[in-house]
Amino acid sequence: MSMFNVFSIAGSALTAQSQRLNAVASNLANADSATSSTGQPYRSKQVVFSATPLPNGGGTGVRVTSVVEDPAPGRQVFDPKNPLADDKGYVTMPNVNVVDEMVNMISASRSYQTNVDMMNTAKSLLMKTLSIGQ
Amino acid sequence: MIGRLDSEFGFLSNALSLRANRQQMLASNIANADTPNYKAVDFDFSAALKHAQGAGEARGTLSATDARHLQPKGGNAFGAKTLYRVPMQPSIDGNTVDMDVERSQFTENAIHYQFMVDRVTGKVKNLLSAIQGQ
Repeated sequence: MSMFNVFSIAGSALTAQSQRLNAVASNLANADSATSSTGQPYRSKQVVFSATPLPNGGGTGVRVTSVVEDPAPGRQVFDPKNPLADDKGYVTMPNVNVVDEMVNMISASRSYQTNVDMMNTAKSLLMKTLSIGQ
Repeated sequence: MIGRLDSEFGFLSNALSLRANRQQMLASNIANADTPNYKAVDFDFSAALKHAQGAGEARGTLSATDARHLQPKGGNAFGAKTLYRVPMQPSIDGNTVDMDVERSQFTENAIHYQFMVDRVTGKVKNLLSAIQGQ
């Protein structure tokens, strides 16, 4: 019954989008973390989506294949009083772009909502199918 | 009489299955709205329904006229070939999902599905009233 596959497809998208939201939350929370357990400033993390066919030709779901760190250089902030400042007085801050992350957040939450909507539609169609002949 | 019943319900059941199949395909498109390089897919519903009714080839299907030919594969159980959507506006990440098109098609398909369920119920009611003779 192909209508049930809509649940698997939308479910995989919900997982992927919530993982993306998690990455955004992590990036925004650490937008000012100039150091970490490794001694380096925090690096922005981005999820990589990939289309994944479901078994038995049941459509195409989506999956997060990897979480990559943004290789862009960190922001340089002049703050000579900071203990992390280099000999010229600059502190390397994380390479998180707050505007990008906010856009990412809105996009992820809209996609999440769309997929929830899709599940509700599939559910009402299946309930309707159950009432055939009554 | 059973043959008559089969022909009465055959069309509706074919149409319902195809609608469910299309719903799954559109769900795949919406789930992959943010996947880079994903290409939106769909199939020609009316051609697929004609094919399911045994009238003519579904558009885009391959036929093997010799046993040594490559045997055509793909598409769904009704021989409806999966076609790629032509994008209205290209996007940088190579994704061809147009959310407006997909959502409207998803809703339209859901309404058609409900209509078909309604028709099956109507047909069952007709038969019941014929049986009861009231």
